[in-house]
Amino acid sequence: MDEGLRSELSKQGIFTTTLEDLYNWGRKNSIWPLGFGLACCAIEMIATSMARYDLARFGAEVFRPSPRQADLMIVAGTVTKKMAPQVVRLYNQMPEPKYVIAMGACAISGGPFKQGYNVLKGIDRYIPVDIHIPGCPPRPEALLHALMTLQQKIDEQVLTGERRPRHLNADVPGEFPVPEYGEHDLVPTNNPDVWQPPALVRED
Amino acid sequence: MDTDKNAPEQIKSRVEVGVPGVRLEVVVNGSPCAQHSLVVDREHALLAAKFLKEDPAYRMDYVSNVTGVDWPETTIKEIVKTKEVVDGVEREIERTTEKKKSGFLEAVYHLYSMELKHGPVILRIRTENRAEGNHLPSLTPVWRGAEFQEREIFDLYGIVFDGHPDLRRILMWEEFKDYPMRKDYVEPDDYEYEPTPHDDVLEKAKKHAEKVLTTDGH
Repeated sequence: MDEGLRSELSKQGIFTTTLEDLYNWGRKNSIWPLGFGLACCAIEMIATSMARYDLARFGAEVFRPSPRQADLMIVAGTVTKKMAPQVVRLYNQMPEPKYVIAMGACAISGGPFKQGYNVLKGIDRYIPVDIHIPGCPPRPEALLHALMTLQQKIDEQVLTGERRPRHLNADVPGEFPVPEYGEHDLVPTNNPDVWQPPALVRED
Repeated sequence: MDTDKNAPEQIKSRVEVGVPGVRLEVVVNGSPCAQHSLVVDREHALLAAKFLKEDPAYRMDYVSNVTGVDWPETTIKEIVKTKEVVDGVEREIERTTEKKKSGFLEAVYHLYSMELKHGPVILRIRTENRAEGNHLPSLTPVWRGAEFQEREIFDLYGIVFDGHPDLRRILMWEEFKDYPMRKDYVEPDDYEYEPTPHDDVLEKAKKHAEKVLTTDGH
């Protein structure tokens, strides 16, 4: 609808909208996170949901104990290689549309444990991450900012056409392979559809 | 509690009386903390532990910490200076001898007494070698608190504790084959690009680059 016509109609007391706007507006203001924490970042996540920072202002205070009822996975903390398959499995169990916030240095890259044999170097190796928050741990404000960024992202999603999100595209699989425990490391070490190791381009 | 009683020599002689045939060796800690320890032989370790727990003079009823140590095979170089007569002239000649010291794994138990409020008494048990002879008697039947820590040592060092009620990996997964806390552990090559690699990371980066060049160069 033409923007000028819309403002003209609103002056006459007629409110117009599109289905897309209404749908996205509803979704972005009721993001229910999955209630699970992996390490110290979870403490900041809990603080964010409490009265002082009040995640309820954004409609995201309903931490769900079941992945079946959750829209958002906040990966808050260190993901060990032993825990990684369970995290991917939980993500697979969430209904579409689903989003992921990787919270803290460990969840985005392995953080201070990057050189360790037992820590996954970023959950984005197995599942698609929408928002990365650096910090060790990030302050509640950073998590709120991440949520607002996610809201903006949801608001900008188009529901039809080539750029439609994964959950509206039947050709794109919504489940991601769960890594298996290998003899030395997880097998595979990353999901190539989601993440590729960064290649250094040297200009010789 | 007099300090003499906690001296390793005192404990040694007391245990030797209580457990006939036990072979004990005092390991002196030369650092300021002077926390000396006792090496007990594998065959009598369980009996010695029981004795220390039940002996009215010690009553070691609490094991605060169990840990593992990996002692890899080492070569010790010794330089011996001898005076020899060469061509009618007496000269000092240095000879280096290399001794190979076989490696072993070790479990260390820190014992305290809650009843008599003294400790620690430190027990060490050593395996025969780092390969097949990696068995030690479990002290879990004596101190239940050692159960999880012995599992952790089994997980990370590969010491098999005979007589342990539930010996499984505790931190890593069941399918895992390596022992990450051993000195010769090789971690999986999952090096990632870093803008300013240095020290160990630089070594890792070079090795990774060589490996990528020799395989597929992805």
